[in-house]
Amino acid sequence: MSPRATLATAQRVARQLRRDHRTLALVLVVPPALLALLSYILDRQPATFDRIGAPLVGVFPLIVMFLVTSIAMLRERTGGTLERLMSMPMAKLDLLLGYGLAFAALGALQGVVAATVAFGLLGVESAGPEWAVVVLAIATALLGMALGLLVSAFATSEFQAVQFMPAFILPQLLLAGLFVPRDAMPAALEAIAGALPFTYAYDALAKVAADDLDARLWLDVAVVAGCIVLALALGATTLRRRTA
Amino acid sequence: MNSTPDVLNRTDRTASSEAVVAVDGLEVVRGGRRVLPGVSLAVPRGVITGLLGPSGSGKTTLMRAIVGVQIVAGGDVTVLGLPAGSPPLRSRVAYVTQAPSVYADLTVRENLEYFLRILDAPAGRIEATIRTVGLDRHADQVVGTLSGGERSRASLAVALLHDPELLVLDEPTVGLDPVLRGELWATFHALAAEGRTILVSTHVMDEAERCDELVLMREGRIVASGTPAALREETGAETVEQAFIALAERS
Repeated sequence: MSPRATLATAQRVARQLRRDHRTLALVLVVPPALLALLSYILDRQPATFDRIGAPLVGVFPLIVMFLVTSIAMLRERTGGTLERLMSMPMAKLDLLLGYGLAFAALGALQGVVAATVAFGLLGVESAGPEWAVVVLAIATALLGMALGLLVSAFATSEFQAVQFMPAFILPQLLLAGLFVPRDAMPAALEAIAGALPFTYAYDALAKVAADDLDARLWLDVAVVAGCIVLALALGATTLRRRTA
Repeated sequence: MNSTPDVLNRTDRTASSEAVVAVDGLEVVRGGRRVLPGVSLAVPRGVITGLLGPSGSGKTTLMRAIVGVQIVAGGDVTVLGLPAGSPPLRSRVAYVTQAPSVYADLTVRENLEYFLRILDAPAGRIEATIRTVGLDRHADQVVGTLSGGERSRASLAVALLHDPELLVLDEPTVGLDPVLRGELWATFHALAAEGRTILVSTHVMDEAERCDELVLMREGRIVASGTPAALREETGAETVEQAFIALAERS
């Protein structure tokens, strides 16, 4: 591993993102626009919007980074650049961490924009510190990125990669408690939810929003961090220097 | 056993002392098919060795095995005295695939800047390689907007960045205009004259004539090898193409 190769990769990925103005605009504009739509939909149920408003700031980075990363990595694989990099003096982790840095920066930007609109314009309230919501949004961005890197190994086309979003991410959102609190779900679903990484990110976001900053919060954050590391490690094993 | 051309032995002799690449009994199975059933080959230092053969003859698979990106079923591949694909070789060997392996959404220069940092090569190499491949006027153009030939040259430029000892080039001149093709071949000869070894695949017969050594492949086997002159002499043919046909019929 070398900081040189990691940073070079992060800058290269950032350059590619910067060149793609439409994607950048969508990444930054869509989350606050959807939050605004949701606040309007829930106009007559302010309690619901108050409950999920802050956690939602952390949901968008998960979805967006998952999609962007899985397609970006699929392009590296199918475009021959991954094979070229793997024949060069570069550690697999350099590539993964380079992607991680670039997407963490994008996730941070997205989180700041979404949080600014949510807290500043839409009247979303967080009893806990608002910066903590943004930090957790970056964590879900990294989680989305790590999961995207991992599943990109199992996609052979962009069509397939896109379908992994409803397959891997939507169930996590449904089961985390965003729509129905987990303790109101059948016990079996509650158990499954306990095995999904986003559940812990959602819990952490909900705790910050409720200013419930106890030791459980740190455990949730630790689980999310562990899942990111695990997904990256598994993702690294799917990068092969030799192929058939 | 039919007559093995003498020329085979000539390459083997060179192999013993100066071989940069030594392939011994290489077997590769792809999709249940034995693509290479046991190939042996030696690539001498400081010359251009051309891999000549029709599409599907195993040229790319052989090159991938030499670079160390191909899963092999058996045999030994030694490059610069080390097993193919071992980590120290990653900065001493460069490989250019047939399809250009560069980022289509970056400019030529941005691509080179990135790979230069991965290879830890001196910054001055960027301008030098852009000139070598004749992309001066397109250096700041996004690769995706370049023509096919220009993209291949951008991909070739990446391989020239770090001054590798062994260059493995898979059909690097496809789709290039004859003038530029001539210039690139002059570059290859200049690199070889500096002691670098070049293994290049082609199916263009006039390019074969420009190689110092030729390896003729057909259906995963090496049909013959030697200098273009020796191959012509061996078969009494006037061109390498005719020699190829004669040798293919004989095998």
